[in-house]
Amino acid sequence: MSLNIIVCVKQVPHPEHFSRITLDPIRQTISREGIPAVINPLDLHALEEALRIREELSGKVTAISMGPPQARCALEEALAIGADDAVLLCDKSFAGADTLATAYSLACGIKKLGRFALILCGNETIDSATGQVGPQLAEFLGIPHVTSVIQIAFEQGSSLIVRQALEEGYMKVRVKLPAMLAVAKGINQPRLPTVWAIMEAGSKEMQIWGASDIGATQDMIGLEGSPTHVTGIFERDTTRRREILEGPPRQIAKKAVNRLHELIAT
Amino acid sequence: MNEVWVIAEQRLGKLMSVSLELLGKGTELARQLKVGLAAVLLGDKVRALSRQLVCYGADRVYLGEDPRLRLYQSEVYADLVAKLVDTHKPGIVLIGATSIGRDLAPRIAAKLKTGLTAHCVELRIVNEDTEKPQLVQVVPGWGGSLMVNIACPVRRPQIATVSPGVMTKCDWEEREGEIITLAVDVQQELRVETLEMVHEERTGAALEEAEVVVAGGWGLLSAGGFELVEELAKVLGGAVAGTRPAVDSGWIPEHRMVGQSGKTVSPKLFISVGASGAPQFTAGFLKAKVVLAIDQNPNAPIFDVADIGLVGDLCDILPCLVTELKETGLRI
Ligand SMILES: Cc1cc2nc3c(=O)[nH]c(=O)nc-3n(C[C@H](O)[C@H](O)[C@H](O)COP(=O)(O)OP(=O)(O)OC[C@H]3O[C@@H](n4cnc5c(N)ncnc54)[C@H](O)[C@@H]3O)c2cc1C
Ligand SMILES: Cc1cc2nc3c(=O)[nH]c(=O)nc-3n(C[C@H](O)[C@H](O)[C@H](O)COP(=O)(O)OP(=O)(O)OC[C@H]3O[C@@H](n4cnc5c(N)ncnc54)[C@H](O)[C@@H]3O)c2cc1C
Repeated sequence: MSLNIIVCVKQVPHPEHFSRITLDPIRQTISREGIPAVINPLDLHALEEALRIREELSGKVTAISMGPPQARCALEEALAIGADDAVLLCDKSFAGADTLATAYSLACGIKKLGRFALILCGNETIDSATGQVGPQLAEFLGIPHVTSVIQIAFEQGSSLIVRQALEEGYMKVRVKLPAMLAVAKGINQPRLPTVWAIMEAGSKEMQIWGASDIGATQDMIGLEGSPTHVTGIFERDTTRRREILEGPPRQIAKKAVNRLHELIAT
Repeated sequence: MNEVWVIAEQRLGKLMSVSLELLGKGTELARQLKVGLAAVLLGDKVRALSRQLVCYGADRVYLGEDPRLRLYQSEVYADLVAKLVDTHKPGIVLIGATSIGRDLAPRIAAKLKTGLTAHCVELRIVNEDTEKPQLVQVVPGWGGSLMVNIACPVRRPQIATVSPGVMTKCDWEEREGEIITLAVDVQQELRVETLEMVHEERTGAALEEAEVVVAGGWGLLSAGGFELVEELAKVLGGAVAGTRPAVDSGWIPEHRMVGQSGKTVSPKLFISVGASGAPQFTAGFLKAKVVLAIDQNPNAPIFDVADIGLVGDLCDILPCLVTELKETGLRI
């Protein structure tokens, strides 16, 4: 069996710098000036799983991303880690997409790529963390999906048995290929790129496709194709009392408990 | 007028608490819009649960029963709910952001080509007296460092998911509701099929339902572990939780982590011990009634989100707190 596997990767701001993301309260825009970008961490797990399946069953791994021109770096990294080729969906008209428009655009790109057996996504990103793109992509492609996947096993024929994590326990799910699986932490330990792979990556192919290349309908993409809109961004409201007590431990503990009695009662 | 709906979730015949919490919020929204509140319940032999849904606020329950609906089946559930929405055209649909709710909601929204907003921490109505009332959905972004308002101005329904522990359920009230039995016809061959649900019992008080949560952070290293936190939680009858480093150190299990990638809690009292107050952590207890924080660093950001802050070594302060609480017997 030889499989075409597609891995969806999103470029996100480096989480250690989230506190540097600032808000312009008048223009209602955020500034990410100088904040380094990385591949969304769970997407590395998705890529790792794809590479393992390729190693076991043979096949081809294609990384796809929708994003601004600099998202190219995320795909270069995916190639260095081991993807065979990569596609960047990049067009001004993709900007401002919510998850539905993102999923639609990715679906158009994937259709253009041709036959595939499996799509792997991260279960959610670290920046907006909706976890919606994977299942919505599956709906646009008319294929089944499973989220929170922590284990994948191939069955006879063209189906998989996967473990879907729950808050308390898990579900055993059988899914027929082609399918979309969104992977959660714990499925594997992502590898790092080797020096050899990084050198080799330079010769791998990266396609850059715009909206017309993938036959995307204008009113389904970007801001226009997005049913949800961001209508405001604001700093978190921290209207806590901030009564700070310093001094000998016994004394401040006593004061604190007295205040607790009052605050809980009101 | 277009109803407000809650997609109720049951697992192995038991309602998830988030469904009742959503009925609490739904009651408020429906009242403001002057429309009815309905719940959708799918499962096998789950009719008895309808009564709970009604007594916690639903005016009407759409009930779909079939042996093949016993476990969550993503394709069938999404098809059924999407068709039902298409027929009855609710204005707002609320879904619990559990692992199953998060699997189901995006598929439904994509079928209906409408908007879906993930893990809202606040929902309110604006323009309620116009033709097109809007649901303002507030969500945390970038690890909780900023908040974002999201609206779905044109398409309907407006669908939102909400995490367990964020909203509050109403008090149980004896009341009558209408039960509408759905014709369930599961004929298609399933491309994706849940074969089995394995329930693993968790030890200790459930975090989301606890009235008191005591969370420890990396600062407990100096105390050699979690014992002091456990003692404090015990005196208050509360649940123990922690930050990411507390999980990574093996002091608490992963399912007791509070924050962006962990649990959201809204207890009456939240106590943070030896945690610096990273936004990814504090995003998990925005709605606690009272927050008490202990840290030796007077400039730790945790004090910005605390009602009462105690500056000092936790190894000294915690034993004093425990003694003091035992003496005064705080009732929560
Ligand atoms: C703070 C904030 C909150 C938001 N909330 C909402 C909301 O509630 N509803 C809504 O519809 N939109 C929302 N958006 C818009 C949303 O962030 C974008 O649509 C984004 O492109 C995808 O959402 P996500 O990061 O949550 O992806 P997720 O659904 O969390 O991503 C899951 C997986 O899908 C794949 N994937 C996601 N995006 C891409 C991509 N661009 N290229 C390749 N693969 C990808 C990756 O494998 C990823 O791990 C929000 C934006 C912000 C800034
Ligand atoms: C995408 C992403 C998601 C994340 N999600 C989460 C999440 O859900 N939950 C979470 O918790 N974290 C999360 N994190 C990690 C988060 O950013 C912080 O790193 C983490 O919360 C810090 O934990 P801490 O406060 O225990 O440790 P530290 O930041 O190291 O703080 C320890 C504190 O203890 C104090 N201290 C030390 N010794 C003593 C003493 N003897 N007495 C009193 N005080 C003392 C110190 O002054 C310090 O303030 C996430 C990170 C990322 C990137």
